Amino acid sequence: MRRGLEAMMISNAGILRTRFGTGLSLVASILVTLFGLLALTFVIGRVMPVDPVLAIIGDEANQETYNRVYQQLGLDQPIYVQFFRYVSDMVQGNFGVAILTGKPVIDDIIRVFPATVELATLAIIFGAGVGIPLGVYAATKRDRLADHIIRFLTLIGYSTPVFWLGLIGLILFYAKLGWSGGTGRVEIYYTGIVQPITGFLLIDSAITGEWDVFWSAARNIWLPAVILGTSSMAYISRMTRSFMLEQLSQEYVITARIKGLSARQVVWRHAFLNIRVQLVTIVALAYGSLLEGAVLIETVFSWPGFGAYLTSNLMIGDMNAVMACVLLVGILFIGLNLLSDILYRVFDPRTRS
Amino acid sequence: MTDPILSVRNLNVTYLSSRATLNAVRNVSFDIGREKVAIVGESGSGKSTVGRAVVRLLTPSAKITADRMDFEGKNLLSLSERKMQDVRGRRISMILQDPKYSLNPVVTVGEQVTEAYRVHNKVPHKEAKERALAQLASVQIRDPAHVYDLYPHEVSGGMGQRIMIAMMLIPEPSLIIADEPTSALDVTVKLQVLAILDDLVRDRGIGLMFISHDLNLVQSFCDRVLIMYAGQVVEELRGDELGDAKHDYTKGLLASLPRIGDRRGRLSVLDRKDSWSMPVEKRP
Amino acid sequence: MTVDTRQNLTLRQWMTTEEVTNGRQAFVQKVYWGAVGFLQNPLALIGLAVIVVLLLVAAFAPLIATHDPLAQDLGAALQPPSAAHYFGTDELGRDIFSRIVFGSRITLYIVMLVSVIVGPIGMAVGMTAGYFGGWTDKVLMRVTDIFLSFPSLVLALAFAAALGPGLENAVIAIALTAWPPIARLARAETMTIRSSDFIAAATLQGAGSIRILRHYIFPLCLPSVIVRITLNMAGIILTAAGLGFLGLGAQPPAPEWGAMTSAGRRFMLDSWWVVTMPGSAILIVSLAFNLFGDGLRDFLDPRHGR
Repeated sequence: MRRGLEAMMISNAGILRTRFGTGLSLVASILVTLFGLLALTFVIGRVMPVDPVLAIIGDEANQETYNRVYQQLGLDQPIYVQFFRYVSDMVQGNFGVAILTGKPVIDDIIRVFPATVELATLAIIFGAGVGIPLGVYAATKRDRLADHIIRFLTLIGYSTPVFWLGLIGLILFYAKLGWSGGTGRVEIYYTGIVQPITGFLLIDSAITGEWDVFWSAARNIWLPAVILGTSSMAYISRMTRSFMLEQLSQEYVITARIKGLSARQVVWRHAFLNIRVQLVTIVALAYGSLLEGAVLIETVFSWPGFGAYLTSNLMIGDMNAVMACVLLVGILFIGLNLLSDILYRVFDPRTRS
Repeated sequence: MTDPILSVRNLNVTYLSSRATLNAVRNVSFDIGREKVAIVGESGSGKSTVGRAVVRLLTPSAKITADRMDFEGKNLLSLSERKMQDVRGRRISMILQDPKYSLNPVVTVGEQVTEAYRVHNKVPHKEAKERALAQLASVQIRDPAHVYDLYPHEVSGGMGQRIMIAMMLIPEPSLIIADEPTSALDVTVKLQVLAILDDLVRDRGIGLMFISHDLNLVQSFCDRVLIMYAGQVVEELRGDELGDAKHDYTKGLLASLPRIGDRRGRLSVLDRKDSWSMPVEKRP
Repeated sequence: MTVDTRQNLTLRQWMTTEEVTNGRQAFVQKVYWGAVGFLQNPLALIGLAVIVVLLLVAAFAPLIATHDPLAQDLGAALQPPSAAHYFGTDELGRDIFSRIVFGSRITLYIVMLVSVIVGPIGMAVGMTAGYFGGWTDKVLMRVTDIFLSFPSLVLALAFAAALGPGLENAVIAIALTAWPPIARLARAETMTIRSSDFIAAATLQGAGSIRILRHYIFPLCLPSVIVRITLNMAGIILTAAGLGFLGLGAQPPAPEWGAMTSAGRRFMLDSWWVVTMPGSAILIVSLAFNLFGDGLRDFLDPRHGR
């Protein structure tokens, strides 16, 4: 009899777990957001510029090119037809041809993207690897000197313009100390030795056994990665601190202390397990916003990645390429959100069925 | 009363903040032997603070002082934090109000019980797990092996509280502080939990500090009752003599209880007197 | 305590006594204790002080600057900091100190203008969504989410590229990316207020939606929106500097700090001051806004109250 009652209570608890809605509505919501992204980039790229043709081909093109592009864009068509054509182009991955390289934009992006991912991944490893312990430590020292110092340092991390930090880093670690290899992915005489396999130079050079290239790449990547990771470190440590403080005020912390665990054991064996879910979300978010820093840091370090590609196309006013990049960033953001949603389910037993 | 396990004299707890100092507990004295002692009072009377002061788990802004706070011959206030960790769990345990909050939501209940054993006993995980299963069975959980792998949100309130009790008993403490252990439970489940606690005191000879706001409950359940008001113990009585209370506050509380069978008139309301908050005599 | 003695309380006692007699006293006490806490937070005070200095510098720039910020002197190019040029000179011999002093006007101009644009847009969207609910809410919030699904600099870059480089366009671009958080906040506030009894009373008296939004909900939303905008100012400064650095903000020869940093890049290995000085100015001002905002948040967030 009691077994039955308990079983009922257990299954009742299960109802509370469905907080994410069904898979179907998730798919629908992603589709709506993607459609919105397309609409937004369409407005920015085709509607806002005074002359979208000039926005794509630049001022110096001749009349013939102008007419051809005018036709291609279908600017003589009503706006909804233009939008429909734009969406169908985008869905097929047809982003047009980049003026800068003369190649399809999509090919360019695939080529430059790994450099950015490599940089951003190392940056987030640094940001989370330093930021999380720092935030946990600050929470355990709440309102004490260490907490105030960490708070001040993270505010500095928040407030520093990343491009400027990059320049200062170059002056200090490249020009003065010689600890860093300077700009670009490797020293100039190592370029082109390793053919892209994964596109991640550190991995490719290790696979092919080109250790000179590997060390050169490592010397070149650590500085931009650390600088790029600094602002996410500040963000992650502040968020970690506030999540941790929330957990440390929970009753189960008292329970764990009552069992005889030390304050440190409670933090890592109990409270930390409860902030994993939130940490996953903010680390994913921070990873996404690294793309923002990457635009600036790649310019500073002449890093041949996605950010540098975006800015060099901005400079020559190639809106096709710019909009493709912007669209990609938006899609990546959605992807990261989705990923953190999935990880949420993995780490939190209350969301599992 | 048997010889006291815990003996407290003139316990004071003060919270310091930039605005004011708050005397949460003032000159509280009591002894607990192998018996059930209740501390009764309304919200904010300081009854929970007393319980947490004994195990020294108040926030850092709380200052605890006492003429004496002896437990099994040791002065709890002078122990190092390291030594205090040996006392917590192994010698003194605490059952909290609501298992929904007092169990870690992302760790299986079984692991939490096992951990309580492993903190004080350096044994392989497997052995500790067997102990935990046996302990779960001893608090009348029918299918310990199944329950072991459940998460806290998957068990009912009553079962959660029994798991909490199992967790607190596994290192075999000599004093249990139960902080409103039944307030979050349904009436029928409440009785089961009380029965388990009752057996513990009788069979294992441990002391129970029962913190509650429920006068009806404590007068039938506990051997002695301390009544707290505004951080002080205003009266101490045997559970079955609660009706003979002398202090106005206790009498007022008893008068405001609804009783089955009474005429359904208006319940009396406490007429608070400032004199109740005046400092009471210190005990030597 | 009797009523008579209470009337003899000093203002300070009235603001600190634990026996609160009315709502206004409770509010004043809350503000008082918040202000006490704020004044005890040295970092927030430093932030406030820097912001005040920034305002003064911008207001009296012609008096403070030692040189004409645009005057070139190729003979005195790339001079290190000295008594004649406090922060040195740039590649065209312009005095960096004077350029930074005048650059504070550009920074403040961007921050103020963006705030003035973002507030009304965010409030209009948020209040409409929150008050009408249903499909209006769904559509507006979905649009907000789409804007939020970009890092703000990337979106601002796209807008600035579409509009063409320039200070005003940079302001518009930043404003277009900065309104969604305001809208979310205004929506949340509106939804809380909407269900209050005094709104129901106003509705019963025949007030229409526009009237309720303008006279009842708007004034109540305003304080938290203003606070939120203050908190965002450091971010606006950094985005503006980033746009300037990429050449999409104020155009040369305007002394915009990000553009100055960018122009100094080519000379930085030999002349460290050309990038260090303007970059430090960005850092200090954005840090000041962050410190101030942080203190303000503690002061206003009831969960941090003691």
